[in-house]
Amino acid sequence: MKPAWREWLAELRPGDALVIVGGLAFAVFAATRLWQGGVARWAEVRLAGAVVARVPLDRATRIAADGPLGQTLVEVAPGRARVLSDPGPRQYCVQQGWLNRAGAVAICAPNQVSLRLLGDAPDYDTLNY
Amino acid sequence: MTPSTTELAVTPADHRVARYAAAAIVLSVAEAAIPMPLPGVKPGLGNIITLVVLARWGWREAVWVVLLRVFATSLLLGQFLAPGFFLSLSGALVSLVVLGLATHLPRRFFGPVSLSVLAAFGHFAGQLLVARLWLVPHQGVFYLVPVFALAAVVFGTVNGLVAARLMRALPARR
Repeated sequence: MKPAWREWLAELRPGDALVIVGGLAFAVFAATRLWQGGVARWAEVRLAGAVVARVPLDRATRIAADGPLGQTLVEVAPGRARVLSDPGPRQYCVQQGWLNRAGAVAICAPNQVSLRLLGDAPDYDTLNY
Repeated sequence: MTPSTTELAVTPADHRVARYAAAAIVLSVAEAAIPMPLPGVKPGLGNIITLVVLARWGWREAVWVVLLRVFATSLLLGQFLAPGFFLSLSGALVSLVVLGLATHLPRRFFGPVSLSVLAAFGHFAGQLLVARLWLVPHQGVFYLVPVFALAAVVFGTVNGLVAARLMRALPARR
């Protein structure tokens, strides 16, 4: 006697396999297309609200911004970016560490510098409740 | 009591549709008790009956059974005219159209599993369309497309296999 699952599989016809594979391919395709939103592609540095630099996240570089307190240094690496050093008193933006998702922001308020990662599509810029 | 003056002729087809619809309603109500991790994802066990009716009695009777199932199930679950009802209805209508087209595929190569998977895709496409146009007018609903597609493939395949086995087990044309 054939095992039970063989009997079940015997119900599959050649076209059925085609439809199943096609459906799975569609699911994978949809996942790769639709779940890309969070990927960061650009790093944007602003000083007092004005854009100082916008660089692609595909090679390492450093951006300096001279604010009222001194120089804030932003480090960009492939796929991520961080505030390397900042003259501010509490160092919140430095302690945030590496940012790697689109929409992530590090703000060094005392020195009026902000670092923001951007995706390909514009994401929300404000949410309120 | 005054005897009724109208005589409703009940054909064997009516009995058949009623029986199949009853079975489909039972399955749909039973599956409503199965907890699912995501709203909108469910096995669609009632579609097993749809497939059997479609294969044995044709598309017209399948339409009857599906519509009766959608209306009766929503009444039983207290969802009639609630958003969930319109999602079910739109999904059912689109999947019926898909099934109507899919029956023209060569039977030698495309069995109940193909029909089931295609119908499941039709179901989620119809639901998503209504959800996008009416309930969630935002592109965000499409974020779940991969999940729905995967569920359609998995549950569509399982339902199709069950329907195929059921048709082997059932006496012919009853």
